[in-house]
Formats: sequence, structure tokens, C-alpha cells
Amino acid sequence: MRIDIEKVARLARIKLSEEEKLIFGNQLEQILTYMEQLNRLDTQGVEPTSHAIPIFNIFREDEVRPSIPREEVLGIAPSQEDGHFKVPRIIE
Amino acid sequence: MEYEPVIGLEVHAQLLTRSKIFCGCSTSFGEEPNTQTCPVCTGQPGSLPVVNRKAVEFAIRLGLATHCRIAPFSLFARKNYFYPDLPKGYQISMYEHPLAENGFIEITVNGIKKRIRIIRIHMEEDAGKLKHGETPEKFPYSYVDFNRTGVPLVEIVSGPDIRSPQEAGEYLRRLRAILQYLEICTGDMEKGTFRCDANVSVRPVGQKEFGTRTELKNMNSFKHVEKALEYEIKRQIELLRSGEEVIQETRLFDANTGMTVSMRGKEEAHDYRYFPDPDLVPLRIDERWIEEIRAGLPELPDQKKERFIQQYQIPEYDAEILTSSKAMAKYFEETVALFPEPKVVSNWMMVELLRELKRDEREIDQCPITPRHLAGMLILIKNGTISGKIAKDVFEEMYRTGEEAEKIVKERGWVQILDRGEIERAIEQVIEAYTKQVDEYRKGKEKIFGFLVGEVMKKTRGKANPQLVNELLKKKLKE
Repeated sequence: MRIDIEKVARLARIKLSEEEKLIFGNQLEQILTYMEQLNRLDTQGVEPTSHAIPIFNIFREDEVRPSIPREEVLGIAPSQEDGHFKVPRIIE
Repeated sequence: MEYEPVIGLEVHAQLLTRSKIFCGCSTSFGEEPNTQTCPVCTGQPGSLPVVNRKAVEFAIRLGLATHCRIAPFSLFARKNYFYPDLPKGYQISMYEHPLAENGFIEITVNGIKKRIRIIRIHMEEDAGKLKHGETPEKFPYSYVDFNRTGVPLVEIVSGPDIRSPQEAGEYLRRLRAILQYLEICTGDMEKGTFRCDANVSVRPVGQKEFGTRTELKNMNSFKHVEKALEYEIKRQIELLRSGEEVIQETRLFDANTGMTVSMRGKEEAHDYRYFPDPDLVPLRIDERWIEEIRAGLPELPDQKKERFIQQYQIPEYDAEILTSSKAMAKYFEETVALFPEPKVVSNWMMVELLRELKRDEREIDQCPITPRHLAGMLILIKNGTISGKIAKDVFEEMYRTGEEAEKIVKERGWVQILDRGEIERAIEQVIEAYTKQVDEYRKGKEKIFGFLVGEVMKKTRGKANPQLVNELLKKKLKE
């Protein structure tokens, strides 16, 4: 196994059952095998690229545009209070 | 064994754009929580970030002002981690291709000049703000405000070139001055527009390799940074001297105790899995744009310092302090324009003015005495209306009330006595009252003279012109 499924799950904050670990571990393994086929290509002399199309410098001007109403953004959260998103306490 | 500290600083500075780095939400401070958000900065599916041109320009300005090389190619990357102040589950930052690299800032400590390298400057988005109730028992929740999420930041990473807390403080002050001169950041540590983390280790003097370092966080003033470093350096040296080891970890500064405390256990090893952000196209910054920005750079602290030395003929020490902030330099120049004796203005600013400001922890732009008021007072000294001694009281009154010197002097009756007759009357009274001392003086005990001058000054409540008192008293005692 090249995949440490427990680590992947922990990083994604996803809880997996033993059965799921097996299923997803195997699936990720297959993806890696597939990617390895790409590794066989000769890429000597090819510049690494992060984007498929060569476009650069797409900017917006520094102009303020209206934000969305607070009720709307808070409305999509599971929990809110006093204009804030409410989450489990993260410090002791 | 003697040890020396090795310090590197990471500074986050908020850029003064009107809108956020990747969307049009306002960056204005102190608004109602969660009123400045949109699908982009809260990371809703399908939304697309587009970079703010001004933010890039500001970052380039800083790169040029710190002698960096502006990268011809830079790239935004995703830094993945979970924390409730980060709605997307990743922060957009720069990783392998930062915007600027290989610069330096020059500092002067104890008269010695030193270059601190800038390793890199990159752009990123700020996170949101978290609030917590007083106790976990009563308030098992944290509260999130996303207004700050997506405000543009630059992160400035120094080389491990700093060798004392004092140098660290100087580096920070210099960097902040540059940001303020460039008008791209307010540089307010308490409000968090200018934040600093410190990496610190110690090693035996003469050793080349670095020791194990700790990272210090939670310092929100220049004083805190210096104090935290002092404490941490001492702690590490003591550990090593007693044969123990320094553990690589993050430590928080506690301003109440002046100590640094381990965050141990509260932090897992990070695995950020950086990768290029597919939603943002790379930046290609060409020479033309760089030169355009360079041409528009304002006069920077070092240049202004040199000009002050040349133009105003003041010592380097004065020039250094007077250019330490843009506001201070402006205050000086405005005062000198009205009272063209630069060294006199400099003395009053560096001694009286800075002392008052320091005591009240005020910045010079909050000073109740305007340049016009200070110049007005200096004119009163020069034309003999008030003595230098009284001027100190006038100065304090000006600072306290914000009134003009002329008004204060008139209202309080502090005008200097230049009237010879009035001074002579006071002298006669003193001579009558202290016959014994006068006799001694006449017998050759010249030291008594100072005492007699003091008494005359007392009689005139400090208002007599000292030169006149000297002259007339001498004359009278010879009779």
C-alpha cells in the first residue's frame, strides 16, 4: 500500500469505518496506479505547468462591490448566534 | 560557555486596499460582523477568485523598497488546513513562487549599521476573526466573523541574521516605517495590521550550525517581541547549560507574566499539502510594470535621512529618529518651514515632544501640539518674550490644553521680564535679605553668585531674563 488511508482521512477530517478504509484505500491506490502511467511519458524538455492554458495576469481593479446580506450567509451555516457563525469551542 | 541567539522574523502586514484580495468585499475595519462577505471569500462552490491589481502593486512596491528581486513569474497556491477562521479549508498563499526574493533592510543598533536579509515576500489572504466566551464550561462555543477573511496580506520573511532582541525591535521598526512611507499598511501592531512571529535558537559563540529553534507567537507590540525574545533566549541558554535539550515547538508569549509557554499537545504536526491554485492564473510581472512602480516610489526612510543630514545640517542620530516615521518627518519639516533653525526644532522634538508622547503612548499624529504651535513657541523664545526655562512650562501647557503658546503666556502672565528697573528692584530685595551671603561673595566666595541669581529668579517667579539678571546683579554687587 502506498496510501496511508488513516492519515488521508485524518487530514480531511473524515471518520472512516474499517470497511470504508479498505474500500477507499483500494480506490486511491488504483488512482495512483493510473497516475503512474503518466509517469512513463517522456517529459524531458517540457516546462512544468500548473495551468492548462497559458494565460497570465487576470486582474480586477480595487473597487468595492456590495457584499451579500448577512442573513443569507449565516443562513447556510448549521449554527449561528449574534451575527456570528457558531462553532465548537476551539481553545481551552 | 557563551551563547549567542539567532533570530529570524516573519511579519504579516495588511495591505491598505479598499477591497479584498480576491473579491470586491470592503476591507473597512470595525463593521458589524459578517457583513462584508460574499461567495468568493466564504468559499462557496462555483465562485471564482480574481486578484486585486492594487494588492499586487503594493506588494511589488514593498519588494522594491526592500531591495528585493521581483519574480518574473509568481503563483498562488493553496495551503490546506482546517480551522474555523478559514471557510474554504485552505488559505490562498504563495509557496514555491513568491512575488519577491533576496532583499534586505538596513538597521542601526548602538551606532553600528547592519543588513538584515529579506528571504522572501509573498502575498496571501487573511483569515477571519475568532471570539471565545470566558470559560469553556459556560461557553462551549467559538464565534466566527469572516469580515477580515480575504483581506490582502504580505508575509515578509527575514533571514536568520538577527542577533539580539534589540536588533529585532529595530528591524521591525524599520520595516514598519517602510510600509508606512509606502502608504500600503497602517503598521498598527495592537490592531493587528502588522503582526510578527519569531524563530529563535541559541548556539555557542563561534559555532556555525544553528541550534534547535522555537517559534514564538502572540506578541502584539514591539515591546512584547523584545520581551518574549529576551525570555526565550535566557530559557534556551539555561536549558543547554544544565545539559538539557531545546525542543522544537511553538510557544506563546504571555504579556502578563512576560514568559513564553509551550503550545505542546494543542498542535499537531502540520501537513499543508500546498499545490498551485487552479482558480488563479499565474502572475507575470514584466520590467515595464516594475519600472513604472519604481518611478512612483516615494522618498524612503534611508533617503529622507540622508537628505535631512544634508539639507538641515543635523547630526545623523537626529536624522535617524526624525525619519523613523513618516509622520514624525513631516512634523519636523513643517515646523522648520515656520521656524528655520533645524537643530533647535530637532532638540525640542527629540527631548520634550517625544518624552510627552512616550509617556502617553501616543503617536506623533495624535500630538496636541501642532507644528505651527511649536514654531510659535520657538519664536517667543527667540524674540525674548519667554525664557528657555519658562518655555518648558509653556510646552507642557500647550501639550495639555492644545492652546497656542502666545495665548498661554498672556493668560498666565508668563511673559519674560526684560524691564531693567523691575529686575533691579528684585535684586535690591535679595541683597537686603541675604547680607551675609553678599558679604561672603564680596570677600571672594564666587560660588555664592549662583545662589543669589536663583533667589532673584525666585522673586520674579522665574520670569526675569537670565542674562539681564546676571548682568545687573554683577554690577550691583560691585557697588
